[in-house]
Amino acid sequence: MGMNHEMIGHAYPASEPYLVTVAKIQAFADAIGDNNPIYRDEEYAKSLGHTSVCAPPTFPIVATMSAMEKSFHDPALNMDYSRIVHSDQRFEYRRPIRVGDELVVVTVIEEIKALGTNDIATFRTEVTSKGEPVVTGWSKLVVRGADS
Amino acid sequence: MSDFSNLEIGSELPVIQKQFTRSQLVAYALASGDMNPIHQDEGIAKSVGLPDVIAHGMLTMGCAIQVVTDWIGDPTAVLDYSVRMTRPVVVPAGEVGVPVTFSGKIGAINGDGTIRVDLSAVFADQTVLGQAKAVVRLPQ
Repeated sequence: MGMNHEMIGHAYPASEPYLVTVAKIQAFADAIGDNNPIYRDEEYAKSLGHTSVCAPPTFPIVATMSAMEKSFHDPALNMDYSRIVHSDQRFEYRRPIRVGDELVVVTVIEEIKALGTNDIATFRTEVTSKGEPVVTGWSKLVVRGADS
Repeated sequence: MSDFSNLEIGSELPVIQKQFTRSQLVAYALASGDMNPIHQDEGIAKSVGLPDVIAHGMLTMGCAIQVVTDWIGDPTAVLDYSVRMTRPVVVPAGEVGVPVTFSGKIGAINGDGTIRVDLSAVFADQTVLGQAKAVVRLPQ
């Protein structure tokens, strides 16, 4: 009883907007131990030509992971949440994430492949702010089969 | 300020070393929203066959790209970034933590003003990321 491969191509409804603040960006930068002032100091960010503090490259996971988690629990997908390993991640950036953005994520089941008793699922997460494309993520998850 | 005028394939970017501690894992869990207990609780980590608490793979990914962003200056020059999480970073209790070493070298110089940087993350003499690469726009 693996994942339902008929769900390939399914798009989930857009997530609730995630408001980006200086505090959230700074907490994320602190947690990865990166003291670049662009993640904290608006004047510095403006000196580089940005309108406000910008987010680190992996910050979008904050919005994309919670959006994906909703789909993990979709009974139609039949995904055993307790047996998931996040194996690959990619981000393709359209423009920087900035303070004031309202990130909305649409999660699409891009691919599900069986490999032995495991399923390997690729979730595409299309992130926009106020209708404008910001970043696309791809998360590959291995769902280990019951006997592996 | 880095010099971008004489780049060659194979040129190495400055290495970064970070110390992963349990308190950092707590901070990352709170900042990222990933509250999976295998990153916090030894008992739960061991119950699923891990040697101890492990770091979030996304924390390792987030740290590795700093090799590029420190060098390029403006982190929004990163256009594409991808990794495979191949091995866990095991983080013991206590505030000493464990060292993880991040490095990068130029893998391709493209004709459109971008380059590809190939990244590496090493913990306990083994790589923990595979196929880690970033496409970066060079300053004009």
